[in-house]
Amino acid sequence: MTTIPKIRYSRPISRRSMLKAGGAAVAAAALPAPMVWGQAIKDVTLRQFGTGVSNLNEVANKVKEDLGFTLEMTALDSDSVTQRAATQPDSFDIADIEYWICKKVWPTGNLQAMDTSKIENYDKIVGTFRSGKLTPESVIAQGTAPHTVGFTSGPNGKDFVAEESGWMTLIPTIYNADTLGIRPDLIGRPISNWSELLNPEFKGKASILDISSIGIMDMAMVVESMGEYKYPDKGNMTKEEIDLTLGIFTEAKKNGQFRAFWKSFDESVNLMASGEVVIQSMWSPAITAVRSQGIPCVYQPLEEGYRSWGGGIGLSASLSGIELDAAYEYINWYLSGWVGGFLMRQGYYSAVPETSKNFMTADEWGFWFEGKAAEGDITNPFGDVMEKAGAVRDGGSFYDRMGAVACWNAVMDENQYMVRKWNEFIAA
Amino acid sequence: MLKNRHVSGWLMASPLALVLVVFLIAPILMIVVVSFWGATEWSIYPAFLWDNYEFLLTSEVTYRVFLNTFKYAFITWVFALGIGFTVAYFLAFHVRSLTWQVALFLLCTIPFWTSNIIRMISWIPFLGRNGLANSALISWGVIDEPLEWLLFSDFSVILAFVHLYTLFMVVPIFNTMMRIDKSLIEAAADAGASGWQTLWHVIVPLTKPGIMIGTIFVVTLVMGDFITVRFMSGSQSANVGRMIQNDIGLLQYPSASATAVILLITVLMVIGILLRFVDIRREL
Repeated sequence: MTTIPKIRYSRPISRRSMLKAGGAAVAAAALPAPMVWGQAIKDVTLRQFGTGVSNLNEVANKVKEDLGFTLEMTALDSDSVTQRAATQPDSFDIADIEYWICKKVWPTGNLQAMDTSKIENYDKIVGTFRSGKLTPESVIAQGTAPHTVGFTSGPNGKDFVAEESGWMTLIPTIYNADTLGIRPDLIGRPISNWSELLNPEFKGKASILDISSIGIMDMAMVVESMGEYKYPDKGNMTKEEIDLTLGIFTEAKKNGQFRAFWKSFDESVNLMASGEVVIQSMWSPAITAVRSQGIPCVYQPLEEGYRSWGGGIGLSASLSGIELDAAYEYINWYLSGWVGGFLMRQGYYSAVPETSKNFMTADEWGFWFEGKAAEGDITNPFGDVMEKAGAVRDGGSFYDRMGAVACWNAVMDENQYMVRKWNEFIAA
Repeated sequence: MLKNRHVSGWLMASPLALVLVVFLIAPILMIVVVSFWGATEWSIYPAFLWDNYEFLLTSEVTYRVFLNTFKYAFITWVFALGIGFTVAYFLAFHVRSLTWQVALFLLCTIPFWTSNIIRMISWIPFLGRNGLANSALISWGVIDEPLEWLLFSDFSVILAFVHLYTLFMVVPIFNTMMRIDKSLIEAAADAGASGWQTLWHVIVPLTKPGIMIGTIFVVTLVMGDFITVRFMSGSQSANVGRMIQNDIGLLQYPSASATAVILLITVLMVIGILLRFVDIRREL
């Protein structure tokens, strides 16, 4: 097995892929080149890392089953993800990151632009990620809206361009609209505004997340809802606006408004399930996790709208040859519906909802996407019952929820200043 | 040439010296160097800037956080010393048979068979609003409303620290106590000293090196900690370790390095002061 495989590499062959491809290539040497790909691709291993949200072993198993190659998953928190994408480009092949992280990481050149002509379902990706508009009438929300950092000027671009240039920075995979989570049994009255987070009624029973770039957005929603200030752009505050926002929250913290701050998903679940906290910033699957323990928990739609986020897959700049082809194959598979269905049954949205529909029952589609009442038990992909018949999704249909986005997770020009102020807030 | 005393001496010392240079000196030097570098949001670049130190030393938050770190270290030290000394004293002087001494000593180490994160986190359900402690107190009629300060407070942070680090006080104190010549205690009794006088004038002075070693362990562990403070305060309090952790999370390595350098200097100063009280090398 010492023959060097004749694979049509345009760039020098990496030692890793060569060794892996070696075995299959001999058998296929007499056959046309595409067959070599078909065999050799089985030996490819792609290393993906990202936040726990979509880094699921089920996805890796399904990739092995459907595509034949190995996908190694590493789940990290948002800070570590940013850090790794920005500083260790050789430690991954695929980065599963959020759009605001992309704004930070893209200029480092650690990711490569993706050719949209190779993406089969590109035309079906929802408007939010292309033109920025969910429907032609939609108003683009404040913050780092995905389409603003979704395209670059060319194959080696390090900039962002406003129009659909044919070169994408991230292929959108998953997104959602976030709001406050509440314990209706412990609150006992309707909640309809973000300002309730700082309502003295919930003194010592509120929480907010300690991830500065997301936390500041939740804070801005609260401050605006309280009528204290109207931001020109919540996603890009001035120093004075940052001071104002954190000032209001520091005062609340000193008055004992908060029980704790959370940084990881599990912490938010525990805080809510144990009753330490009755109102807090929360993520959709955390709500589900609390409910599956039999504890009532509502992802409360609020008048001011949602704070939304979106994630996507980026390719490492060092990816080339057969591995790059495998990565494109993976992306096309990702958008082809199975993953979308898997994620939508957990309460997220897929970038190409129409393909996901084929992988969901009519009842599941009706409940998760159309906001209709469930006709039977709704189970998550793991088979646990999430909702009984008759239940309606908090916030309603896809268009109700994604159409009411008030801002996107963002990274600001004054980010460093904000971070320092955030540290002061935590230490206060 | 190997016959030469100096050459063979140097050769014998070199493996350890090499290990220390590679794994201790070089990383610290690197941290010092990076602490003068500059940072953008996503990268760091070599430079010689005082910005990191300037921001650190002129920020009111830094002083507040350092003060908080000292507060945790001091209170933890007081409790660890009190408990550690009592336990060691009991083991060394009240338990007569060596078998039992060893058995009881091992008993003290049992909690250390699991990870310290687990030991720490297990306090959370215990101390929570609807946790075991509060439910027990309410059912006994001691309190009517759950005590809020049991969890996510300085109380819970210090409780976890004391729980985690007291053994580091017990071990060295027990060790020095075991080496106290029993005839000295008999002599004190023969000279008419009461139990307390023996304790204060004979045992405590002879145990000082152990106390000092335990103190150094506890103080350095508490001052360098970040995870206990994060979990037990519900992220609501900060110490220096958390400041460094935050900076690292946000890719501000130079600023994290500068904080680490200041922390290192502070801890070295504390140890320097402690060593003025007891000459450990003589006592060992």
